[in-house]
Amino acid sequence: MSSDAPQPLVALRGVTKTYGEGASALSALRGIDLDIAPGEFVAIMGPSGSGKSTAMNILGCLDTPTSGEHLFQGVHVERLSRTQRALLRRHYLGFVFQGYNLLARTSALENVELPLIYRRWPRTRRRAAALEALAAVGLVDWRAHRPSELSGGQQQRVAIARAIVTDPELLLADEPTGNLDSQRSHEIMALLAGLNRERGVTLVMVTHEAEMARYASRSVRFRDGLVEHDDAASHGGEQAA
Amino acid sequence: MLRNALLVALREVRRNLLRSFLTILGIVIGVWAVITMVTLGRGATRAVSAQIATLGSNLLLMRPGQRFGPGSANAPNFKLADAAAIRDQIGGLSAVAPAANRVVTAVYAARNWSTVVTGTSNAYFDATGWNLVRGRRFAEGELRAGKAVCIIGETVRSKLFGSESPVGSRIRLKQFSCTVIGLLRAKGQGAMGMDQDDVVVMPLRAVQRRLTGSVDVNTLFVSVGARADIDRVKQQIAALMRTRRHIADKEEDDFRILDTRQIAETMTSTIRIMTLLLGAVAAVSLLVGGIGIMNIMLVSVTERTREIGIRLAVGALGREVLLQFVIEAVVLSALGGAIGIVLATLGSIALASAMHVPYVFDARICALAFFFAAGIGVIFGYFPARRAARLDPIEALRHE
Repeated sequence: MSSDAPQPLVALRGVTKTYGEGASALSALRGIDLDIAPGEFVAIMGPSGSGKSTAMNILGCLDTPTSGEHLFQGVHVERLSRTQRALLRRHYLGFVFQGYNLLARTSALENVELPLIYRRWPRTRRRAAALEALAAVGLVDWRAHRPSELSGGQQQRVAIARAIVTDPELLLADEPTGNLDSQRSHEIMALLAGLNRERGVTLVMVTHEAEMARYASRSVRFRDGLVEHDDAASHGGEQAA
Repeated sequence: MLRNALLVALREVRRNLLRSFLTILGIVIGVWAVITMVTLGRGATRAVSAQIATLGSNLLLMRPGQRFGPGSANAPNFKLADAAAIRDQIGGLSAVAPAANRVVTAVYAARNWSTVVTGTSNAYFDATGWNLVRGRRFAEGELRAGKAVCIIGETVRSKLFGSESPVGSRIRLKQFSCTVIGLLRAKGQGAMGMDQDDVVVMPLRAVQRRLTGSVDVNTLFVSVGARADIDRVKQQIAALMRTRRHIADKEEDDFRILDTRQIAETMTSTIRIMTLLLGAVAAVSLLVGGIGIMNIMLVSVTERTREIGIRLAVGALGREVLLQFVIEAVVLSALGGAIGIVLATLGSIALASAMHVPYVFDARICALAFFFAAGIGVIFGYFPARRAARLDPIEALRHE
């Protein structure tokens, strides 16, 4: 499966996730194997309840599998403590959510700066990096605006700026266009695809819209807690140009 | 990190200005009450000490009867010979002054003023620590003859003479007139709130003959030498007086010896206990204020669950979120403490002047109250902050 990428960036091996115990136990994931190579743009698709969000939470180190292995750059994430996983998120991951999840009543610039605060970057360096990230999403002129003063598409672009400001190894986008109309959705997707193509950002995106999944270089379909289809299985992992 | 947490905290305070104000009100009132109580207590203690010092240190005050003040009517007054006996038979005394007094209206020109006329000897001035600003003490001949001369206190001077110089003038007391020969240096208000300067001092014999019509005296002032043991002197005087007043062994004393130092100690310790008690009551309101902060911090954590989720997702550690919320609680309570200190300072100055006690600024009590308030923020902010820090980021992000 990972024949042309001996060291995948992320690997899930036999991952299961069960919520609750006993008779009321709910199996969200029932044995997932997934390798993601650096530079890939993977779209995870599937109907609701298929386990794609659970898989996303595990990939984002926000959750741990019930059993199986989750490797990030060869590190067993499932063995890490809560604090260690937080540090992993801080230094290697970026998140884009469906609901943008920006800090309300906080300017766009300050929102983008947030991950750098936890990286303890000095103020001036933080400012510069945040402005650069805002420039990359085309919102430098909106830096002083608060989320409530921005359109949905703009808010999502601020969220993307926040996700890329740290130059993450892996960018996770959970239904990034779920709250947007079709035109804005395509703008956001073009932006994400551009980041993947030009900066080589590894991207994993959950979506249920096939139209958006087309921007990805590889799509993985979930059903009932299992991988139903994986492009990589049919024609090998793809690399960005 | 700390700086950012502080900025976020200040922003939150500003964002919910009214709520923040109401939250810290408890702390403000608590700090205000504690500082005001302690400050006024300290002022009162100092005032009492100062006033008792003006009475003369090492002073014994002897009155007939068991109680000080009125109600001693059935106990016989002292004889002049009692004063002489104490002076001659007890060692270690620096002055003994017998005194008789009477309330009289003093008249000068068209002005009159009701005051206390004390008949005594020059020893009285030494025993009670009076100094003259103008004029002189009584001459030996004036004392012996009971001449109508007097030395007046500052209050009497201002009431009768206004801007005129009193020395050499004649004032009328009841049916006789009397030459003012001296003016006493002002002492100010007394320990019980009475005006110590509202006095007219005359030779004892003049008062006895013209005002009381008796050869007895109702007060003996005994000043004990600096090196003498006051308690032993008191015992010796008591024993002597019991003999002279023919008191049987089983009977109680029918006179009382008051010791200024003892009065001072009793009063200051009473004030200290009161201060402590009121301060403790005030401290309870600080505690209540702390609970108010805890309450609002819990609300804040719930309201900002999503924010906490975002912070955790981008890599904030649990302890960093904890720190942020603790800092917020501390900022609130410290703000309350600071406002409380300002209000307490203003309030204490106003109350101290209304109560005629000196205002004593005490940086230590302010610092103590401030850090106590901040500490309350830490204690009561910790629980809500821990709740925030333990939130599951996935749940928190899903929170509406």
